[in-house]
Amino acid sequence: MSAFLQYLITGLGVGCGYALVGSGLVVIYRVTRVVNFAQGAFAVVAAMAVSTLLGAGLPHGLAEAFAVALAGLVGLLVGLVAIGKPGTSPQAALIVTLGIGIFAYAIEILIWGDQPRSFAGLPGSFTLLGARVQSHYLLIIAASVLVFLAMAVLFARTDVGRALTAAAANPYAARVVGINVTRMGLLSFALGGALGGLAGVLTTPVQQVTFDSDVVLVVSGFAAAILGNLTRPAFTLLGGLLLGVAQALVAGYLSTSYQTEVALLLMLTVMIVQAARRPTIQEEPA
Amino acid sequence: MSGRVVDVRKLTVRYGAAVALDEVDLHVEAGELVALIGPNGAGKSTLVNTLSGILKPAGGSVSVVGRLAHVPEGRQMFASLTVDDNLRLGAWRIRDRNTARVYELLPGLVRVRDNRAGLLSGGQQQMVALGRALMSRPQVLVIDEMSLGLAPLVVAELAAHLRALNSQDGLAVLLIEQNARLALELCSRAYVLEAGRVVAHGPSAQIAASPAVAAAYLGGGPG
Repeated sequence: MSAFLQYLITGLGVGCGYALVGSGLVVIYRVTRVVNFAQGAFAVVAAMAVSTLLGAGLPHGLAEAFAVALAGLVGLLVGLVAIGKPGTSPQAALIVTLGIGIFAYAIEILIWGDQPRSFAGLPGSFTLLGARVQSHYLLIIAASVLVFLAMAVLFARTDVGRALTAAAANPYAARVVGINVTRMGLLSFALGGALGGLAGVLTTPVQQVTFDSDVVLVVSGFAAAILGNLTRPAFTLLGGLLLGVAQALVAGYLSTSYQTEVALLLMLTVMIVQAARRPTIQEEPA
Repeated sequence: MSGRVVDVRKLTVRYGAAVALDEVDLHVEAGELVALIGPNGAGKSTLVNTLSGILKPAGGSVSVVGRLAHVPEGRQMFASLTVDDNLRLGAWRIRDRNTARVYELLPGLVRVRDNRAGLLSGGQQQMVALGRALMSRPQVLVIDEMSLGLAPLVVAELAAHLRALNSQDGLAVLLIEQNARLALELCSRAYVLEAGRVVAHGPSAQIAASPAVAAAYLGGGPG
């Protein structure tokens, strides 16, 4: 029982990371209709940056904040390359992001090498019903819940959120009322970058990161996001948590080497069920 | 108020090699109702999209005094957003996003304010599109194909709203219509656009009386 509880909580923590990566995919897809395959790289860049900044003597908190901001900036740059040229189709932009994701490997290895990196998170641990759990998992879960609440408020209650939705829902009408559709797309890439960065910053203390961690992250994030049709943050959170727990249970009771397989299985199942229910992915409200 | 709120001179717009508008001259005085009629493909929507800044002219000039709001062809709702959110986005260019005034002007929208715009009838959507344009407190309103696909009763209601906005607030309107009879009745002056050129312009009564216009646009068929 205590082992199960431990897997559950670690699964929820890791799942929050997937949900954050997935929510970055959702924000970008909602606004630009681009599936951003460079999404995992944001997490890797932010995590690596934290390890460097901490090494340079920056205190915890500040280092993480800088790294998330950096990931947001990287997101903006990826957006500029992917959709900056007017008239780029979402399909073409998708391939561009895939290319950038691979190109990012080279830069990451150049700067940080190819060895795994990690850094300390929230110290200490606690016992819950006989299960020993690192306190850092609670930080991951609390921060993720806050971010998802903030995102719900952004999309449902603010004019910028409405404009982000409007730019995707009807680009022509958006231009008629004076919304700069390209700028909204770039904003979504910056937001997506920051969300991916946050995922990397939060989960690295419990799961070390290498330059190619982005594959697991983007596959898992996509699996989480596809549950919400790539457009709904709340379902993405649910998908991420489900996936994290499923992976933790498989790792605990079977083997730790099935991480990606569990994600792919969940993704395929959801996609097959959805394909049976409706012909294509459609626009959905938050 | 006096003077021209819209002044278009020798406007040329091209799509690649194709000329959509060829040296078009057109103006709208402050507080004036002006009709622009013409067949499909004459360049009416091109002119509207150039006025609202979505298309760039290849030649000539477009000058707009004050704020111009655009009710696009096909109503162009943000389908997944509520009516209220659609209205608020209409004020994206300005700071004041209070919707109360528009609900006062178009009371029919109050009942559906929390409904998703995509689920409304065509007439209701056209009302939302009008309200969305009014949110930016324009001095001139450009309406592209207001009556297309709408029931006569709804069209009459929209026309009544336009008359009221024009007489009470001094709003200038450029009305693009396939329904020439409606447009000439509502507006005091009219332009006829064919194949990218203005082929006739003048007071509505004079345009309506011209045999060529009568034959092409006011003949037999329903409106």
